[in-house]
Amino acid sequence: MDIKNVKDMFPVLDQEVNGHPLVYLDSAATSQKPLPVIEALGDYYRRYNSNVHRGVHTLGTMATEGYEGTREKVKTFIGAKRSEEIIFTRGTTTALNMVANSYGRANLSEGDEIVLTQMEHHSNIIPWQQVAKATGAKLHYIPMQNDGTITVEDARNTITDKTKIVAMGHVSNVLGTVNPIKEVTAIAHEHNAVTVVDGAQSVPHMKVDMQDLNCDFYAFSAHKMCGPTGIGVLYGKKKHLKQMEPFEFGGEMIDFVDLYESTWKELPWKFEGGTPIIAGAIGLGAAIDFLEDIGMDNITAHETKLTNYALERFSELEGLEVFGPEKRAGLITFNSEEVHPHDLATVLDADGIAVRAGHHCAQPLMKWLNVTATARASFYLYNTEEDIDKLVNGLSKAKEYFGDVFA
Amino acid sequence: MSSHSDLDTLYRQVIMDHYKNPRNRGEAESGTVTVNMNNPTCGDRIQLQMHVEDDTIQDAKFVGEGCSISLSSASMMTEAVKGRPVGEALEIAEVFSDMMQGKDYDDEKYDLGDIEALQGVTKFPARIKCATLSWKAMEKGLGEDVEEDEDED
Repeated sequence: MDIKNVKDMFPVLDQEVNGHPLVYLDSAATSQKPLPVIEALGDYYRRYNSNVHRGVHTLGTMATEGYEGTREKVKTFIGAKRSEEIIFTRGTTTALNMVANSYGRANLSEGDEIVLTQMEHHSNIIPWQQVAKATGAKLHYIPMQNDGTITVEDARNTITDKTKIVAMGHVSNVLGTVNPIKEVTAIAHEHNAVTVVDGAQSVPHMKVDMQDLNCDFYAFSAHKMCGPTGIGVLYGKKKHLKQMEPFEFGGEMIDFVDLYESTWKELPWKFEGGTPIIAGAIGLGAAIDFLEDIGMDNITAHETKLTNYALERFSELEGLEVFGPEKRAGLITFNSEEVHPHDLATVLDADGIAVRAGHHCAQPLMKWLNVTATARASFYLYNTEEDIDKLVNGLSKAKEYFGDVFA
Repeated sequence: MSSHSDLDTLYRQVIMDHYKNPRNRGEAESGTVTVNMNNPTCGDRIQLQMHVEDDTIQDAKFVGEGCSISLSSASMMTEAVKGRPVGEALEIAEVFSDMMQGKDYDDEKYDLGDIEALQGVTKFPARIKCATLSWKAMEKGLGEDVEEDEDED
């Protein structure tokens, strides 16, 4: 499918909000869903809703094929070696908590170090804070450059032989910074540390290859990549996942259960206790098919073009501060001198334009930027230059409006 | 501009006036109760200081960072409670809370003055928490059991 016609595939975009055609610029929070994904969910519930991995009836087999079929698709999509390295979770947050609680608690002890960056989302900070408290490990942060990037040099200086875990986002949800995961992973491995990557903002927008990055763990969510909410993926190298204890205990994840002892299923199922997220996985499979049909490289190119266009148009606006590096993923975080981000978002919403305002679950980064909140416009495959023109128009109007009410 | 009519119900002139020229902004003298409150979903924060003596709010001052709604509401709140007995301040907070929830509220017992301009906020559900932040701080400072907001994902 051609990316030019892709907008028609998203029914939610075909509506008016507050009397204006919707301009959706909040895909970094959650993406909209294309027809094939919506239909795959409906199809599962209408035609073959059933539990997986148990029983022998036909619907159960179909559901299992749908669920396990997505595991295969994810494996190919991110370049994993084996399907048992793909664990379905509730989302990125759960995936990161699984690594922190299972791998972290088992492998960290007093004096060990966990290395993070200051641009992390709360979900890649707090699990490590909690593990550090429980084990006596210490947190260290790779310093940030003024433009909101980190250097490989600084990573090299922060990671030591005491470092056991290096956790960082692939793409910052606030700055759009793309972090040098491959290089940092190589450094981490020199010190026998593992890397844990938050891929929530990367996987939806660019091709990622686990073999090339060589990271140990990688987490992402379906709902930011055209899939449903409630499902995400933890990728982990088999050698780590094998030695890790399950995170949740109950049905589905067991091998034998006795009165006093039990044993677990093999990978990946030992991490998927309880009835799994069957519909979600089937929806994620449809989302991957959809994205691959368009082509991840085409999506990246489209977003790069839009972002550059937006930055160019933004430069026409006076009193607008843009945060983040020049080379960035498809999102722009900014503040207006005159208008608080909440007020900005409300004024834009009155024109049908949806942007995010707030701290973006990155309070340490807000502190670093010396702001309490910002506005953010984030782009995806269905956005157009016209959307950006409307945003720029809306921003001028907001400024004018607040100028008026101030006057 | 006609397309702004909805916005105009939110951003009334009087609200913008309090935002631009906040009353009682700053730090209070000694002998005060200090309450820090923030809205974790958006990063707004307020520090409210009240000097309570003889069961009366002798002085109320605030500093903080936030949007036009939260700061103007803080300005109006301090004006409304300053010089009032604690009981009356809490009653006004109750009236304000009813107003924010879109309930019928008692506009007879107290002269609500500028505060009524905030009524337009109820049409913007995402902004109600902005308006209530400083009022919650006031109630907390007067010893009320205030529900804290939860963080968002």
